[in-house]
Amino acid sequence: MQSQPTSVPAEKTAEVDEPTPALEMRHITKRFPGVLANNDVSFSTRRGEVHALLGENGAGKSTLMNILTGLYHPDSGSILVNGKPVAFHSPRDAIKAGVGMVHQHFMLVSSQTVAENVILGLQNVNFVLDTSQIEAEVEHIGAQFGLPVDPRAKIWQLSVGEQQRVEIIKLLYRGAQILILDEPTAVLTPQEIEAFFVTLREMTAAGKTIILISHKLDEVIAIADRITILRNGEHVATVDNQGLTKAQLASLMVGREVLFRIEKQPAQLGEVRLAVDNVSALNDKGIPALRGLSLRLRSGEIVGVAGVAGNGQRELAEVICGLRPTETGSVHISSQSVTNAPPIVMIEAGIAYVPEDRSATGSAPNLSVAQNLALKNYRKLGSGGRFFLSRRAMREQAINLIQKFNIATPSPETAARLLSGGNLQKVILARELAQRPLVTVAAYPTRGLDVGATENVRRILIDERNQGAAILLISEDLDEIFAIADRIAVIFEGKIVGEMTSEEATLDQIGLMMAGVQP
Amino acid sequence: MSVSTTPSSEPQAEIKPRRRLRLERVQEQPRWLRWLAPLILVIVALLVGAGLLSVIGANPWVVYRRMAELAYGSAFGWSDTTIKATPLILAALGVSIAFRMRLWNIGAEGQLYLGAFMATGVALHVLPADSPTWLMLTGMALAGFLGGAIWGIIPGILKAKLNVNEIITTLMLNYVAILWNNFFIYGPWSERGFGLTPQFPRTAWFPRFTDYADTFPIFRGITAHLGIFVAILLAIVLWVVWQRTRWGFEVTVVGDNPRAARYAGINLTRNIILVMALSGGLAGLAGMSEVAGVVHRLQERFSPGYGFTAIIVAWLAKLNPLGIILVSYLFAGLLVGADAIQPAGIAQLLQGVILFVVVGGEMMLHYRLRFVRG
Repeated sequence: MQSQPTSVPAEKTAEVDEPTPALEMRHITKRFPGVLANNDVSFSTRRGEVHALLGENGAGKSTLMNILTGLYHPDSGSILVNGKPVAFHSPRDAIKAGVGMVHQHFMLVSSQTVAENVILGLQNVNFVLDTSQIEAEVEHIGAQFGLPVDPRAKIWQLSVGEQQRVEIIKLLYRGAQILILDEPTAVLTPQEIEAFFVTLREMTAAGKTIILISHKLDEVIAIADRITILRNGEHVATVDNQGLTKAQLASLMVGREVLFRIEKQPAQLGEVRLAVDNVSALNDKGIPALRGLSLRLRSGEIVGVAGVAGNGQRELAEVICGLRPTETGSVHISSQSVTNAPPIVMIEAGIAYVPEDRSATGSAPNLSVAQNLALKNYRKLGSGGRFFLSRRAMREQAINLIQKFNIATPSPETAARLLSGGNLQKVILARELAQRPLVTVAAYPTRGLDVGATENVRRILIDERNQGAAILLISEDLDEIFAIADRIAVIFEGKIVGEMTSEEATLDQIGLMMAGVQP
Repeated sequence: MSVSTTPSSEPQAEIKPRRRLRLERVQEQPRWLRWLAPLILVIVALLVGAGLLSVIGANPWVVYRRMAELAYGSAFGWSDTTIKATPLILAALGVSIAFRMRLWNIGAEGQLYLGAFMATGVALHVLPADSPTWLMLTGMALAGFLGGAIWGIIPGILKAKLNVNEIITTLMLNYVAILWNNFFIYGPWSERGFGLTPQFPRTAWFPRFTDYADTFPIFRGITAHLGIFVAILLAIVLWVVWQRTRWGFEVTVVGDNPRAARYAGINLTRNIILVMALSGGLAGLAGMSEVAGVVHRLQERFSPGYGFTAIIVAWLAKLNPLGIILVSYLFAGLLVGADAIQPAGIAQLLQGVILFVVVGGEMMLHYRLRFVRG
């Protein structure tokens, strides 16, 4: 049995020294068919602290938090809020007890106003809404905690950062004392992250408790008071955040040493592989998303496109891959003009695309891993000719790639939806890179992945570059861009507003350009 | 492990156990369950049907036994069942193609009627009555397929180009097809103003088993026609298509995630139209086989809703072409058995109950009921 520092306050003698924890989860065990998601996990938070929950994908963080918010019921174990045992059967029970969660994917109605979203789902709302009173309250909460947002604005008019504030205000309005934030900084610029940390401090000063789920070790070290690390569904350690290093945390998370700097030789530039000239395109709502964007990508280099989400990154990737028509401008792969060519032409011209959305675009969830691995090259696989599909070749390819890319799957026949995020990402990378593409567009390739998997993905991309691949890396994680890109292009409102090599760029400079400030 | 659920140090933490029933989502069902489930569900449906039968004062055991005897108890029973299974298999294969791509073609009935119409046109008005049988039947089959395909392509194009909901268009085209047929059988093609056309020449009849009674006396009186072999052959072809071909793979990908399919370079527009054409075409072939093999003319209401029953069949067979053969025989048996039972609506009632139980039970496959404490 490992030591469990969190269970100490439960002993009666300790109660004199330690105040009752704001929240305690004792010996939580949750089993899913074939998986022990939480194994005897204990976890507690003090009032007014930022408590970070760290762990790789599949470490059991989400399960634990879903149990805490009443989405799942534990097989065994108990939950205490302010020392009183509670049993949550739904998120509504949890919020009644003051426990609320902001999910990574916001749950807001985009056509309604901020105030309307805040009261959505409340039960004690009058039939006739007193809108002005609610708006005043929203404004008050915003001012108190440094969460400025116009209560009369419609959600679709807000930036992602503002939408996140609305989600937090929703919880505060419901009287939440314990706020669980799932990867909150993933959608923010460096400057926004700083402001967000100030807000967190204001909330803890007011006695709120924050549970922060994050993969970003720098941020965890910057903001957390204590850190709990889970690995393989088990509690590894709870540590005070004093004098900790990234390397220490990472090795606790992964269970081995992690290298943060990836060795990289200087880029061996070759011919221009991708030329995007003066391209304009609309987004899904019919609003211009790309406004005369130009970009060059050469063989042997990684170009990082940095920008706050929603500035045209997705549209750029889709234009290059033939999934979105352009209004003006041209796209060339090597010297072949592929402007507005359908996806199949792009694939055959040598474009590989690691899409932003692994499950909605990048894979067919109910099809097997083998079938997903063959999604791009089933036309050429084996000796089936024009009509037939070689299932043996498909299986052989799958076994090959599963081994080469170290994909953890029970078998090639397993449905893709049963894989963890990191493994699904490896499936997609394996499939795309196996085509030996001329140009690879990788959108947020490590989003939501743990340190181990992230390291892996970055190494794969650099290896490809060393072998002469041309890689366009779209990411909002500046650490990632600085770590692996040779050149950085900043995208703002559908245009590249600045380009520099990663040696000459500074974090501040890029951050300001991402926010639209010209240097 | 279970001992440690309530640590002894804090007896007050013991929560009063409250047993409650909870639905939990199951990630993956075992393979055996997926295949056994339809069988169990059909049995459950028959039990529910038995309950309903006893409510209306019948002895369900007697009813079921009589139905089974009629449908499967003799060679003649099998013959009648085969006659009804043939159009069901063809139409169900048709709708299953569309369903596989998550296109909800519920217009098989109309496609079947239009197929019958086109085949009739060929038999009575295009080819001379003394054409050789092989030519006549091939011409009718092609025309029948084409008629159904046209009726499938219309909603297909509307869906692919304008994203018009195919459920509405296929449903509405059913009525158009039936009324179109009525116009011809009461008007230009009518025999003395009745709702039917003249009988086809013998060359336009599908050969029946009984036609070979001179060589094989055992076939005497077996009126089932050879369309069943066409149906079974097509089921096998379709099975191979799904399992072994590139195109089958593409349809499966589109059905699972259209966005991923587009991303993989699969042409959605072309495939939607192609799938709707094939889907309608097979239903049209069902209509052709019915007029050429059974009624030998076009007449009003020649189909007792085969196109609608086909939807249930395809669903119950989980879109598996070979499963469709089995389920079609089950439903055909219900139809045959119901012929001798009063009131005549029993067969439809049982079909409805089966679909209801199957759809409801399908959900239970993805969830399980558990007692939990708390």
